Amino acid sequence: MNPRMRWRKFVSNFMLAMTGVCALVAVSVLFFILASLVYHGGTSINWNFFTKLPAPVGETGGGMANAIVGSAKLLLLATLFGVPFGFLGAIYIAEFSGSKVAFVVRYSADLLNGAPSIVIGIFAFSIAVHPFKHFSTLAGGFALGVMMIPITLRSTEGFLLDVPRTLREGAMALGASKWKTIATVIVPAAYRGILTAILLAFARVAGETAPLIFTALGNSYWSHGLNEPTASLPVMIWNYAISAYDDWHRQAWAAGLVLLTLILIINILARAILSRGISVPR
Amino acid sequence: MNASVRSAVSVNITPPVTTGASREATAPAQLRMTISKVNFWYGAKQTLFDISLGIATSKVTALIGPSGCGKSTLLRTLDRMHETVRSSRLEGEILLDGKNILAEDVTLLRRRVGMVFQRPNPFPKSIFENVAYGLRINGTKLPMAEAVEKSLRHAALWDEVKDHLHKSAYELSGGQQQRLCIARALAVEPEVLLLDEPCSALDPISTAKIEELLVQLKDLCTIVTVTHNMQQAARISDFTAFLLTGQLIEFSPTPQLFTKPSDPRTEAYITGRFG
Repeated sequence: MNPRMRWRKFVSNFMLAMTGVCALVAVSVLFFILASLVYHGGTSINWNFFTKLPAPVGETGGGMANAIVGSAKLLLLATLFGVPFGFLGAIYIAEFSGSKVAFVVRYSADLLNGAPSIVIGIFAFSIAVHPFKHFSTLAGGFALGVMMIPITLRSTEGFLLDVPRTLREGAMALGASKWKTIATVIVPAAYRGILTAILLAFARVAGETAPLIFTALGNSYWSHGLNEPTASLPVMIWNYAISAYDDWHRQAWAAGLVLLTLILIINILARAILSRGISVPR
Repeated sequence: MNASVRSAVSVNITPPVTTGASREATAPAQLRMTISKVNFWYGAKQTLFDISLGIATSKVTALIGPSGCGKSTLLRTLDRMHETVRSSRLEGEILLDGKNILAEDVTLLRRRVGMVFQRPNPFPKSIFENVAYGLRINGTKLPMAEAVEKSLRHAALWDEVKDHLHKSAYELSGGQQQRLCIARALAVEPEVLLLDEPCSALDPISTAKIEELLVQLKDLCTIVTVTHNMQQAARISDFTAFLLTGQLIEFSPTPQLFTKPSDPRTEAYITGRFG
């Protein structure tokens, strides 16, 4: 082998190794986070964490039952608020509006998606907290819902546009009106993708902290109904992690583990939904 | 065939059934649809020029011509599917049983004029639900199972699928899927069935089955089919229209068009000199 060939081989192998190392770094960040969460969280978590209220300052033990329920309520509200707007908006731009309107909506959604979550928090504060003079679960759900809109909208649009044109034509040729075609053929053909998009949007906002600090605030006790401030896992993690007590740090690790586990489960579920059942050939 | 008929055909106005050119071929002098002076544009580009022809009741009419000649476009105007393209524009008149389809409600029109597409396009539903779809959206009161069986029998698919009606339509072969699409279109009992190169994505055996089927379906409805396959047009159709660059060159009873074409361009095309 002449020197030139040898040099080429060396460069090729070197670059191959570099790309491999970079890929490894990318995944190892995730595994590092997972490992430290499992290590610290796993040693701190216990049954009390799921069933007890936070212990008062100075006492050890206690749990985050109120934050778990609070997060569940917030996410339910966010889904109820964000998904209809995202879903129906996506139907409008994918099926009805001209390309100009679609462009404006799409672009705005992308900008909204890129807006710092703290800005969303301040926005929700001025709409849903300030006029009522108190923090509430409702306001928190609204803030998270606003964040879900662009994610749901953009991915739903994508899945709708992926439905082959031939299916639309097939339905319309049978005398289906446009609405009938959408409701009976297009959405059913895209529903698994849409469901996945909703789950991913859900997982995305499940860990949001900043919007909740301005809206749901936090609560050391149970929050009744939807009109009171409520504890939530991400805000609890933030509060507990910056505290001075070792016991609170442990609680924060446990909360992190629970939150991450929830998000991982949702992601895996989303993938499972996307890969099963009849898919439309392209 | 006399000279006056030939000239009438070559100016593309008179449908063959009214010419009296060949009484055998045109015995039921009845037109299900009449297309007159149709011009068509996609945006600024005109793709059909002054097309006039008649579609005979309970016959198979074939539209042939090279790629881009406008045969699919013409077919799609007959159930107004062209309207799904935003920039399209149509001038002229298309009558179905004497009434202008352009003035009719489009969903009602499409229930009377069914369409089968180039590639099989079953819905991602079961075989049964695919056939039932048209009936369901029309809110039929018919017993569904019977109606589905009838349509599948008409499409010569019943024996192959009767034991797994609730399987996904995508588990069928391409040819079966296309017959399923025909069954789906037949379920709403259309007066006219339009087929846009229904065999172009199929193997020869599936093609033969569909050709045979179309000939049988004549008793049920009027058939208009687009094909780029001249032999197919010769085998299955009663009338053939030859289009070239958006113009109707010749429209005659099929045996006549293939044996005694009146226009030199038709002759050149059917003998394979171009296309």
